[in-house]
Amino acid sequence: MGLDVYLNVVVAVVLTGLVYGLMALGLSVIFGVVRVVNFAHGEMMSIAMYIAVVLFAALRLDPLVMLVPIAAAMFVFGYALQARLINPFITRPESSQFLLLVAVAIIIVNTLLIIFGPDAQTIQTSYAYDSFQLGPLIVDATKLYAGAAAILVTCVLFAFFRFSPIGKAIRACADNYTGALVVGLDVNRLYALTFGIGAACVGAAGVMMTLIVDVTPLIGPTYTLLAFVIVITGGLGSMPGALLGGLLIGLTEALAGLLFVPSAKSMFAFAILVLVLLFRPQGILGKSAS
Amino acid sequence: MTRTRMLPNRRHLLAGAAATAAAVAAPAIVRAQSGPLKVGVILPRSGFEAGIGQDCQRGVDVTPAILKSLGLPELTIMNGDTESNVDTAREHAEKLISDGAQILMGAFDSGQTTAVAQVAEQKGIPLVINIGSAPEITEQGYKFVVRNFPTVPMLLNDELAEQKDVFDIAGVAPKTAVFMHVNDLFGTGMSKGIHGLMPKYNLPYTILDEIAYDPAARDLSVEVTKAKATNAEILLVVGRLNDAMLLTRELVKQRWTPQAIFSMGPGWYENQYAKTLGKLSDGPISLVPWYDPNKKLAKALLAEFAKVFPDLNMNTNHVYTFEGLLIIADAYKRAGSTDPKALAEALHATNIVDNVSIGPGIKFDAKGQNVGLKCGAVQNRDGKQVTVAPKEAANAKLEWPMKSYQDRA
Repeated sequence: MGLDVYLNVVVAVVLTGLVYGLMALGLSVIFGVVRVVNFAHGEMMSIAMYIAVVLFAALRLDPLVMLVPIAAAMFVFGYALQARLINPFITRPESSQFLLLVAVAIIIVNTLLIIFGPDAQTIQTSYAYDSFQLGPLIVDATKLYAGAAAILVTCVLFAFFRFSPIGKAIRACADNYTGALVVGLDVNRLYALTFGIGAACVGAAGVMMTLIVDVTPLIGPTYTLLAFVIVITGGLGSMPGALLGGLLIGLTEALAGLLFVPSAKSMFAFAILVLVLLFRPQGILGKSAS
Repeated sequence: MTRTRMLPNRRHLLAGAAATAAAVAAPAIVRAQSGPLKVGVILPRSGFEAGIGQDCQRGVDVTPAILKSLGLPELTIMNGDTESNVDTAREHAEKLISDGAQILMGAFDSGQTTAVAQVAEQKGIPLVINIGSAPEITEQGYKFVVRNFPTVPMLLNDELAEQKDVFDIAGVAPKTAVFMHVNDLFGTGMSKGIHGLMPKYNLPYTILDEIAYDPAARDLSVEVTKAKATNAEILLVVGRLNDAMLLTRELVKQRWTPQAIFSMGPGWYENQYAKTLGKLSDGPISLVPWYDPNKKLAKALLAEFAKVFPDLNMNTNHVYTFEGLLIIADAYKRAGSTDPKALAEALHATNIVDNVSIGPGIKFDAKGQNVGLKCGAVQNRDGKQVTVAPKEAANAKLEWPMKSYQDRA
């Protein structure tokens, strides 16, 4: 195989990896602040995907145009979920939190199955099959747009946490829970805001993913698992780690598929995960508990 | 005071004897009644195979009108769901029987069908397999199980033979192929079989690369990049609906149109594929068990299907599910009874010449297998399927090579 084959694969994977990274970023943000592992993360993404599918089918609204409104709707959903349902579980054992979020995930999957049925739904934009050719390099247009949008959303998120007063308060809350209470921060509200931001992230990623993959109700658990692999590899709670994890897992899978057997791609991704857990349990960019 | 004792007289004795005889004979009388036969239709209606199970159900939905027009008895359908799971298939088969099902039909997936067949044989309730190709099912010596669907060896032999037919019709002899298949029991089994049988059919091409991929893959860009790099003339695929759509999208995006795409499995002829991809769905050739569009009953079924489901194309799932119920109604009529043994005997004696699928008709061998079934080469054209081979079942000319994806509006 020529160099152009590798180049094509790497470019495609980097673009998809950025979207995966944004999805995992939501999970990382929620865990980093609220300390709750969102086992319904992929399922929340599938809600955003279905909203995009419905809006496209009914009003022909392009997913990229609907990115901000759907992310905003997912923010409200995440905020309400944390404030009304998850908040009472914050001080309970982790097993209770786990069961609660698994239950939420199952409810989401089955509700989507009841409403939309098991068939795959798709969004056929005018550029769905476009690609750009630059010499031997062929770049998938949808992946390029999705990757660019993922970079933009990530930059906005980084800026929010670094420069805005609420972002700073959320970071303070994540750094020192007791200290945040002492200085008078409304921790419950900040937790709900954080969960909302995490949901908005995964919602934005979901909208972009509709350009790349078909949507089925059963897609959620697959992405929940993928998000976990990415954040554990990159470092649970680390925002740059989530992006790095997305790119690393994507590249590992692609190159394994190209050089070895495509059906064993996931095996290589999990091998990376095992290596990280063995030699750097906090993840590549995660902070050590000590 | 005298005590009078009522002694039974001759009339009382006769009346009592008649009542007793009627009570004893009641089950036999009920069994011989000509009311609707209760058919437990067990399919994967939920879980990962739900789409296919629900598609099979469409074959059930169009059956009553056709059976009535043929003068066959009415059937009462009892729905069972395998939930795409072998253990659940077994449990639901048992439940259907305990709820009064007098015969079973199902179950699309070979593993689930095997479980249902075991239950049917244990309980002595007949089973008609609509779809399910694992050869072992009809190799067990079951007395209550018949199958109207090709086994894997039958499928493989026929699919390779049909490829040769297509090459002959097109007047071509491609030299190279790349083979992509799902990495599950179905895909790997087909792969082994194809490699084993290729020398027998003296096919003109060499397989340059074999690419196995995850059946739950979300993205097949790497796989298609690898296949394209071989620069093969034709693409052979064994997969399902989801990967058929993923592969086609990648072929378009990566600007590669082989001379032909041969699919040896489901996916490429399914309604969802055509609906999702529109003009991009045209061209691929599926080598599958199919209906003979020239048969009288096939025309009647097509008309009924178009009436009930105007937006869908009739396919394998509908045809073989319909034929399963046709076999049951025909056997019930001849048996004249709901007695399981009588039904099983009638099933084994089936001889339906006027059927829907390609081949001489429906007749079972001693093992309960219809060995006369034939595959067809079916090409997607204008969002529909046309049969291009075998010649006796063809209703359209082959389009070769397939039109470039880049030239489609």
